[in-house]
Amino acid sequence: MAEVSVKNVTKKFGNFTALDDVSMEFPDGGFFALLGPSGSGKSTLLRTIAGFLFADSGSIHIGNKSVDLIPVEKREIGMMFQNYALFPNMTIADNVGFGLRVRKVSSDEERRRIGEALELVQLSTLGDRKPHQLSGGQRQRVALARAIVTNPRVLLLDEPLSALDKSLRVDMQVELKRIQHEIGITTIFVTHDQEEALTLSDKIGILREGRMIQSGPPRSVYNNPVDRFTAEFLGDANIVAENDGNGRLNVSGNPSIKIPEGAETASALAVRPESLSISATEPEQEGLSKVHGRLVQRMFAGAMSTCIVQCGSHTYKMVARDQDVPNLSEGENIWLSWKSAQTIVIP
Amino acid sequence: MSGVLLTRLGKLWLLSILFFLYAPILVMAFMSFNASQYYQLPFEFSLKWYEKLALNTEILDAATRSIAIAIVTTVVATVLGTAASVALFRFEFRGKRFLQVMLFPPIAIPWLITGTAMLIFFFGIGLGRGTPSVIIGHVALAIPYVIVVVSARLATFDATLEEAARSLGANAWTVTRRVTFPWIVPGIIAGALFAFAVSFDQFVISYFLSEPGDSTLPVLIYTSIRKGFTPEINAISTIIISVSMVVMLIAARFSNFGGER
Ligand SMILES: Nc1ncnc2c1ncn2[C@@H]1O[C@H](COP(=O)(O)OP(=O)(O)OP(=O)(O)O)[C@@H](O)[C@H]1O
Ligand SMILES: [Mg+2]
Repeated sequence: MAEVSVKNVTKKFGNFTALDDVSMEFPDGGFFALLGPSGSGKSTLLRTIAGFLFADSGSIHIGNKSVDLIPVEKREIGMMFQNYALFPNMTIADNVGFGLRVRKVSSDEERRRIGEALELVQLSTLGDRKPHQLSGGQRQRVALARAIVTNPRVLLLDEPLSALDKSLRVDMQVELKRIQHEIGITTIFVTHDQEEALTLSDKIGILREGRMIQSGPPRSVYNNPVDRFTAEFLGDANIVAENDGNGRLNVSGNPSIKIPEGAETASALAVRPESLSISATEPEQEGLSKVHGRLVQRMFAGAMSTCIVQCGSHTYKMVARDQDVPNLSEGENIWLSWKSAQTIVIP
Repeated sequence: MSGVLLTRLGKLWLLSILFFLYAPILVMAFMSFNASQYYQLPFEFSLKWYEKLALNTEILDAATRSIAIAIVTTVVATVLGTAASVALFRFEFRGKRFLQVMLFPPIAIPWLITGTAMLIFFFGIGLGRGTPSVIIGHVALAIPYVIVVVSARLATFDATLEEAARSLGANAWTVTRRVTFPWIVPGIIAGALFAFAVSFDQFVISYFLSEPGDSTLPVLIYTSIRKGFTPEINAISTIIISVSMVVMLIAARFSNFGGER
């Protein structure tokens, strides 16, 4: 049974619809990401689950109980904010203990649980400091400790890592995942960063203009996007064929692109940059789709290299390990190919 | 070289400002310890004006009344003003902007006009002159100052702190007491000092609204210097200035005047 479930939630600000009939299930103990472009309603959905906003219609359940009439402070949530929102006048220990004191936990137990929480986030020695004496990453951990110390039913995070620089962010992702796994708390997490969403979550939900376009395990959403928007939003996608408007796929007069069986009436075919191979001569293997084009640019980025290839009116992006890209120079005529099974059919 | 010169000039400038500010006050304090009633020199140290003051029940009553009125005004205006600031900060409602803008004119309108209007109003509602009218008038004058000062402090408050506290289970009262309030305390102290000063310094409104028998200290000082100046006034003024300077220094030390913490 789902720990949190969002059923047909609609939320309007004036006559602007920020959430339009959104539904999603968040099973117990899972790690979930809400993903979407800016303004798509991610924060609105999270804040509605938290109880800072109330839905105009639809319903939200936390632990099998409708919380539609329950205010934030009674919803048993833990929340982490983008700017951490640590109380500046309190020490780290008092910050972490805030939720316990509000619940009138005995002072012995309060001390013990603060200790445990700080240990979990590896900050045991900093309890007496004030928030302004900590680094960004440390504040982050304090915010996390404070959010989980009350054993909430669900942990809500609104872009918690976006204020950190890249390497610290990756460390915190690992840390967050470890802690989430250790205490088994249902976690819903808003992010702009698709890679972060794909790495961390058991299930992702893609929002666009207030609608839940698709939700499911990251791999299945990545491999089977329901529409072109999702295909292009989640990772990169090269659109290799589009519907010609008569209900038939148009492969741009390129017969070497194989249309998968049953996909003749799909709206488009796509292929991921990492599925492509590049070669100077036409590959002869069976079961390959291929296109002929000109190498426009080759970009080296450490582990991976990116090639931009112009094929007629289409621009393709290809990503591969640098040693897998033959020694070609920009402007040369080349072939791109991929296993036909890798072709993504966009219904 | 020129840097040193500039620093010196700057110091000189600062000193001359302080001189112009404090010279009259120092002369007055000095004269309160001079035996001569007519400010004659040479200076002859004497506490006689202070002794006379101690026996002058009229001045002492007025001073007590002024302090009492100022304290009541401070408490009422600070509580109401702080509550209003928090409400203005926390809630969106129709006419909020209008309300906020309308807080400023009372600060800018000449007190003479406000005083006339209040006098007409208090007679209109049958309350007339007297200490209750004075207090209501002072509170009305002081509230905008409190709201402006406390709101300025609140503007630096991060509203997500309130959300964080609520997400941790705190109800509205706990959030206010434990999170919002500690942040705005310096603003409240500064606002209270303003309220006290507005009331304690207030001449025009008090003059209009108080009954002849129970005037406040500024009104009494005004009426007595019209009759002829006595160094007792110097003595009470010196006491008041000393006390308020000590209070301001303590407040400045403890509140940082709304500065960052
Ligand atoms: N209080 C509000 N009043 C009016 N409109 C609002 C309010 N809050 C959000 N919106 C609008 O609702 C839409 C969704 O906002 P939301 O904050 O949920 O976006 P988001 O997906 O979190 O975007 P971002 O990635 O930029 O944080 C936006 O168009 C926003 O302008
Ligand atoms: Mg957002």
